[in-house]
Amino acid sequence: MSEPSLAIRKFTDLANPTRFLALSGSLLPWLAAATAVAFAVGLYLSFTTVGDYQQGETVRIMYIHVPAAWLAMMCYSVMAISALGTLVWRHPLADVSARTAAPIGASFTFIALVTGSLWGKPMWGTWWVWDARLTSVFVLFLMYLGLIALNRAMDDPTRAAKASAILILVGFVNIPIIKFSVEWWNTLHQPASVIRLDGPTIDPEFLRPLLVMAVAFTLLFFTLHILAMRNEILRRRIATLRRLAARNAGREPMEGRR
Amino acid sequence: MSHFAYVAASYAAAFGTIAGLILWVWLDGRARRRELDALEAAGIRRRSAGEPQ
Repeated sequence: MSEPSLAIRKFTDLANPTRFLALSGSLLPWLAAATAVAFAVGLYLSFTTVGDYQQGETVRIMYIHVPAAWLAMMCYSVMAISALGTLVWRHPLADVSARTAAPIGASFTFIALVTGSLWGKPMWGTWWVWDARLTSVFVLFLMYLGLIALNRAMDDPTRAAKASAILILVGFVNIPIIKFSVEWWNTLHQPASVIRLDGPTIDPEFLRPLLVMAVAFTLLFFTLHILAMRNEILRRRIATLRRLAARNAGREPMEGRR
Repeated sequence: MSHFAYVAASYAAAFGTIAGLILWVWLDGRARRRELDALEAAGIRRRSAGEPQ
């Protein structure tokens, strides 16, 4: 039999929670520092670049609204990959990843909705419309909340993992709907202006802070996700230890009597 | 509301949400580590105890 390739060996190494804790522990300070630096540069650029000739100062809302919306979708994609990991490969950390990503994704979706509303009022003249883009993102937010509720409603992590994984994969259909909603339907929301086949149509003056903020949000997501995964591993360890202690506590007096 | 107020409100909402998220993850981690330490102090440890956490 041939030796597994280096990439596969690294991946299976990560399946060991103890090794994951050690690896992530050495990676985290760097990730946190990179996040802080990216946010410092991103926020500096966000407030020093010129305002838009039509939108004025409100264009600065874009620098948090758009990255938050991207991350809301990326987080769900991470959860969908984790769900595959649970159902197909039974990777021990896949469910830990899916479960801990949900509250982070819900937060980013919440930021996208709130900042979008605060941007819509001065620019569109309304806080909210039930158009395709806004509604589909709202549905994403509800799905995050539903997944959090479902996962926490079941005590047995293995059963909760399976049910959540199936629901995550069913809900993934919403992600392309969100992305293409502005093309498929007539919406008040503008169509894509950065991630397009023919390149960004947005001016570099606005694109620069936007991209730096997108990097900052992405780094923040991975920092928080790894931290939350470590917490979840510890939580499961504690549950196992408690069960073990309870079992031993019931056994000892019996052995004493013999 | 002036345009500046909308911008300020957006950044405040984003900052508040992210700060809450960071605080939650940090407090959760601290509570779990304390719980684990308490269990270990009570002599309840994993079979592979002795490994670095």
